[in-house]
Amino acid sequence: MDWQGQKLAEQLMQIMLLAFAVVAFATGYVLGSFQMMVLVYAGGVLLTSLITIPNWPWFNRHPLKWLDPLEAEKHPKPQQPTVSGSKKKSGKK
Amino acid sequence: MHSFGYRANALLTFAVTILAIMCALVSLSDNLNTPSPSAQIQVLNINWFQKQPHGNDEVSLTMNITADLQSLFTWNTKQVFVFVAAEYETAKNSLNQVSLWDAIIPAKEHANFWIQTANKYRFVDQGSGLRGKKFNLTLHWHVMPKTGKMFADKLVMSGYRLPEEYR
Repeated sequence: MDWQGQKLAEQLMQIMLLAFAVVAFATGYVLGSFQMMVLVYAGGVLLTSLITIPNWPWFNRHPLKWLDPLEAEKHPKPQQPTVSGSKKKSGKK
Repeated sequence: MHSFGYRANALLTFAVTILAIMCALVSLSDNLNTPSPSAQIQVLNINWFQKQPHGNDEVSLTMNITADLQSLFTWNTKQVFVFVAAEYETAKNSLNQVSLWDAIIPAKEHANFWIQTANKYRFVDQGSGLRGKKFNLTLHWHVMPKTGKMFADKLVMSGYRLPEEYR
């Protein structure tokens, strides 16, 4: 999941849960049934889980573009001066 | 960081938080209901009235209880507990309450009822002050909700009197 996908998943989760809560409460109140409210909300939570938890393809539409390896090779890292003896000394301190 | 487990955890936490808020709102919605219950109790007969060997008065009576408690039920009502108490005043105590009968009403369909019964629990006074005593019969109820606040109220019916003599 890419950065844009994470944002989308998070917002989708919050909006969907809130919307289902409102619908569930209204349904329960109108039908006068507490059980109906819980069932509608449970269904909503299940649907939201299926949509926002797995790594679906629509969360991967903005892949990160890394630099080409060739481009990286043009600017090599500065070489660390490696002294074999100093490692052991620092390790013992 | 943003893994399957992380998203599942965030969703469940948020879902449960919303559920708690919904339950609170459901409990608040009970305040929109203004119940208008009605009840009548007739004392049909004083079956017997005697002094126990150690001095307390005890009465057995038959009552006819009619009540319509349907308006107490809302979509958030699990059950309603009702009981009839005899209430009277003595020199020692300004309020004596003796529970005579009780019932649990599990659903609105059973809330409009009529029952003829002798007192389920013994009507015993702490002492011997029941002869010729005026008393009230009070129908108390406790509304038990599915979630949230409990409600309790009562209907007082007065004008009952016990006989002057043991029988």
